[in-house]
Amino acid sequence: MSTISSRCAACKYLRRRCPPDCIFSPYFPSNDPQRFACVHRIYGASNVGKMIQQTPTQMRAQVADSLYFESRCRIQDPVYGCAGIISWLHLQIHNVESELAKVKAQIAFLNSDANRELSFRPQIEGDSSFNNLRTGESSVG
Amino acid sequence: MRAKLAMKGHHEPRASSSCAACKLLKRKCTSSCIFAPYFRSDEPKKFAKVHKVFGASNVSKILVEVPEEQREDTVNSLAYEAEARLRDPVYGCIGAIALLQRKMVELQHDLAVARARLAWYAVPVASSSAQGVVMDENVGMVSFDDMPCCSMVNESFGQSSSELTQVPPMNDFGQFPYVF
Repeated sequence: MSTISSRCAACKYLRRRCPPDCIFSPYFPSNDPQRFACVHRIYGASNVGKMIQQTPTQMRAQVADSLYFESRCRIQDPVYGCAGIISWLHLQIHNVESELAKVKAQIAFLNSDANRELSFRPQIEGDSSFNNLRTGESSVG
Repeated sequence: MRAKLAMKGHHEPRASSSCAACKLLKRKCTSSCIFAPYFRSDEPKKFAKVHKVFGASNVSKILVEVPEEQREDTVNSLAYEAEARLRDPVYGCIGAIALLQRKMVELQHDLAVARARLAWYAVPVASSSAQGVVMDENVGMVSFDDMPCCSMVNESFGQSSSELTQVPPMNDFGQFPYVF
């Protein structure tokens, strides 16, 4: 019985022989055909091959993963792709920063208000515990 | 001889100039050229970047699949992604997304801490909840489930995105009307 060497997903898709030094095979295994189909649809095999080849070996898996992610985003959202996610994140960050600024302003206001009240209190026991102020308890007997 | 000299310095003006895509691809730019409205001849770098990352053929296929009124946005987002990929050949846009997600998590944490501190200033009431100060707890508590793709970034790149480049500012790529 002859041994059949399995082609990687890329070479299967491209209907060609998968050589031992195939640039795609470590990153596009045959058990995940959709992965290569996605990147091929958006970038093309030639561009993907070039991008992988131009990267140091230890970073090539990340290149393949990021290309796959971006191509999936583009397929799901042909108009905005990943850029849409980035735009959305910018907007959310802006909203959270605004809210944070509001809350900090409120804290600053309440803090200065509390300090002002504290400074007007007669110093009887010398105990200017903020808790007393907070609960409304009077330090005057 | 005179006629030859006259012809040498004289060029017939073109009826219409080629778009940046057709100039780069060294082909005739027809009136129905799909690239012409979006890759003007005075912006050669824009198409060059998009072509380098995606390829003209793939860009054309993407444009054909979207409605005409959305093609400009499509081109701008492709240009943005191409720029990000050329700037960061390993992570491309994913690097930017991971950075922004990290910033978002930090901000949400800061907001939670600030709200907790604000609650401490609240006027106490019978219940333990802080009612003296009005807080909209829904603002800022964004779930990444709202954007399904985002959770994939954490799973795939959370540990390995240590050498991320800066997020390219949105204004670098011209109009970017991606307001949700």
